[in-house]
Amino acid sequence: MPVTGTGRTSRIIRWIDHRLPFVAMVEHELYEYPTPRNLNYWWNFGSLAGIILVIMIVSGIVLAMYYTPNATMAFDSVERIMRDVNYGWLIRYIHMNGASMFFMIVYIHLFRGLYYGSYKYPRELLWMLGVVILLLMMATAFMGYVLPWGQMSFWGATVITNLFSAIPVFGSKIVTLLWGGFTVGNPTLNRFFSLHYLLPFVIVAVVGLHLIALHTHGSNNPLGIDSKGPQDSIPFHPYYTVKDMFGLMVFLIFFSIFVFYLPNFLGDPQNYIPANPLQTPPDIVPEWYFLPFYAILRSMTFNVLGIPSKLIGVMLMFSSIIVLFFLPWLDTSRVRSAMFRPVYRWFFWLLVIDVLTLGYVGAHPPQGMIVVIGQCATAYYFFHFLIMFPLVGKLERPRPLPTSIGAAVLGPAAAGGGN
Amino acid sequence: MKRFAFAVVTAALVLGAVDIARAQEAETPKPPHQQWSFEGVFGTYDQAALQRGFQVYKEVCSACHPVKHLYFRDLTEIGYSEDQVKGIAAQYQVQDGPNDQGDMYQRPAKPSDPIPGPFANDQAARAAENGALPPDLSLIVKERDGGPDYVYAILNGFKDPPADFKMQPNMHYNEYFPGHQIAMPPPLTADGQVQYADGTKSTIPQMAHDVTTFLAWASEPNLDERHRMGAKVILFLVIAAGVFYAAKRRVWADLHGHGGGGHGQAATQAGEDD
Amino acid sequence: MSDVAQSQVHGHDGETRRDFLTLAASALGAVGVATAIWPFIDTLNPAKDTLALSTTDVDLGPVQLGQRLTVAWQGKPVFIDHRPAAEIKAAAEVDISTLRDPQKDSDRVQKPDWLVVVGVCTHLGCIPLGQKQGDDRGLYGGWFCPCHGSMYDTSARIRQGPAPANLVVPPYKFTSDTKITIG
Repeated sequence: MPVTGTGRTSRIIRWIDHRLPFVAMVEHELYEYPTPRNLNYWWNFGSLAGIILVIMIVSGIVLAMYYTPNATMAFDSVERIMRDVNYGWLIRYIHMNGASMFFMIVYIHLFRGLYYGSYKYPRELLWMLGVVILLLMMATAFMGYVLPWGQMSFWGATVITNLFSAIPVFGSKIVTLLWGGFTVGNPTLNRFFSLHYLLPFVIVAVVGLHLIALHTHGSNNPLGIDSKGPQDSIPFHPYYTVKDMFGLMVFLIFFSIFVFYLPNFLGDPQNYIPANPLQTPPDIVPEWYFLPFYAILRSMTFNVLGIPSKLIGVMLMFSSIIVLFFLPWLDTSRVRSAMFRPVYRWFFWLLVIDVLTLGYVGAHPPQGMIVVIGQCATAYYFFHFLIMFPLVGKLERPRPLPTSIGAAVLGPAAAGGGN
Repeated sequence: MKRFAFAVVTAALVLGAVDIARAQEAETPKPPHQQWSFEGVFGTYDQAALQRGFQVYKEVCSACHPVKHLYFRDLTEIGYSEDQVKGIAAQYQVQDGPNDQGDMYQRPAKPSDPIPGPFANDQAARAAENGALPPDLSLIVKERDGGPDYVYAILNGFKDPPADFKMQPNMHYNEYFPGHQIAMPPPLTADGQVQYADGTKSTIPQMAHDVTTFLAWASEPNLDERHRMGAKVILFLVIAAGVFYAAKRRVWADLHGHGGGGHGQAATQAGEDD
Repeated sequence: MSDVAQSQVHGHDGETRRDFLTLAASALGAVGVATAIWPFIDTLNPAKDTLALSTTDVDLGPVQLGQRLTVAWQGKPVFIDHRPAAEIKAAAEVDISTLRDPQKDSDRVQKPDWLVVVGVCTHLGCIPLGQKQGDDRGLYGGWFCPCHGSMYDTSARIRQGPAPANLVVPPYKFTSDTKITIG
């Protein structure tokens, strides 16, 4: 190994490591790092999220070299990138579709956590840091979408910033503060550009904390049972490095299909129309990854106890993410993995269908049956976390857990021993 | 895995819903699908059609519609030589200045200039067009749901309104325009309206097809390069995925009790998904 | 990637297969990364609209004999000198071997009464004085760079001071007797 060898390279590495133990850290956290031997492919999505974050930052920094954050020039500067800048179209499409990929990966990563109980002791903070990352991603993506200054950029910004006017007493003052003017305009665009550039680096810092928290107790695994000894683990390198590389190749194929052949499939054509403050588009729809939250926001169509429906809708929308913070305590089950929780498993899939339904509702104008479906789906969402989680945890009879990971993988003979 | 498959199907519905959400109102028919040389994985622009389409734009559409994101130099991409482009540009006058006296002046356009539009600004356009603003066409194919099919349908969709349909003044009935009333009068009125330089017969559908191809190129000039690069990248990635999968299998075969392809009941219970 | 010392080698021909696979995987990875990085570097090169603005047309008609004109080309100043006979004679009479950057005046002009040079000092890039009436032209009748004292003669050749080379003659051609295109 580099640190223990006798060659000149090893001596240089030892000189550095004695002063700044970088190589030793990489060896410990990436090479030797003990990882459960039974991880399935749903565990690939963490490293994929890290990689797509890097891709977004690199492509974003290059785009920022050509983009102009001024309301009169923003749209044209993006068109210049698409037409005149060398490979500008490629980098723009990578950034645009990369955002969708980032959310897809993170949502799968999140649902993996829900299924296998990765949020439970001792990984509560790990989970909560993940929710913080999700919130930061949502803020970053929202502001990023405003930057091309198309019709959806402008009107999506108008609708979402107007939400804050629902806050009692100070609402409209807050909105004026956010806008820097009397409507969404150039001051808004400039500050969104500044913050859009900043937040990804905040995300990097929180990802760092997320990884430190992860390495404190190691990864969860599909069985949800703790590692009992070295026979339950394998070193991260080469097993999971090569598996992650394979997963990365598969993901890149999926990503490339969008970038090269369907670059505008996930987007809204109306955002190719320059922003017109005097003309509202017939339908204002956010990007697909915000649709479920948009549906929850619009689900409140009536006032309750004198509280305006708009305010309740805003509170419900934020609550739908805030509730995730409390999952480790809402879930009363002593068993982590849904593999051994037959009742919980059904509810998990119901949640998946519920979120997809909310997405469908969010994509359509709020008329007729869509409204009712949206209200039912919103009700189920909160029922799932606030009522089902505590109840099922207490009432369910889980299946018997295997004695150890090694026993489950290798057979009972290997339960206690080493290789 | 059945539940997973079910969820995937629902996901597909959502993706479809995302598409439907942006569709036009129920009464306006969906534009019929046309054959385009640039659609599909191996699609490219037909250069002859692009040049004919540019001719239609120049002789018919440019009277009202600008294409501000196109530069004369871009025309070399559709098959014109540098000298031909200089010649086309020189036919236009553009504003330059101020000169040393402080005055703005007119001069012939150069290839580095954007193609000038017919009106100085939006207000001048509206004044000339009964209050309607002819949109810039540089991105029209990407701006509209249905893309080239929609643009083609509009150009071919002018007809007499049904007996009970009330038309507003200065509007024209179009089958595919949302609301059926469009401010633009039919631009393609007769076969042979444009005499094609390459001799192709210029029927209305032909002109509509060619100008739509040109406008598709105007919206997305890099499509040819994008498709070519995509084929190479995806081919490389498929091979790389194969190699990395083989490497993964080989590395993991080392683990005692975890043979090459066998999955005992124990392994399945472990949740492994090789 | 290629270090598999951690896991136990599982004999037979597994070792050769693994080495080939490791090699293939590493090679593909390296090629992939290099190919993927190239667009991000090339994108920093001048864009198509920048490249399109590489020529400038100048009308020499209004420039009187003895007058000097400054025009912009590719973002840089270009000095155009309508040289009177005295300047041309002075430039031709210089002994080339005494010059730091030896060049004949006749090699630096297409028509002797028109000198066209890029007005950027070859030392560290300041714009030399001498274009306006009343400017200090240095000791050689040409141009004087105030930054570090370089002096150019009537053919814009470096005669004194730290600049290593003569002022650059850009590519240009006469499109008529009174019009040139630079670049």
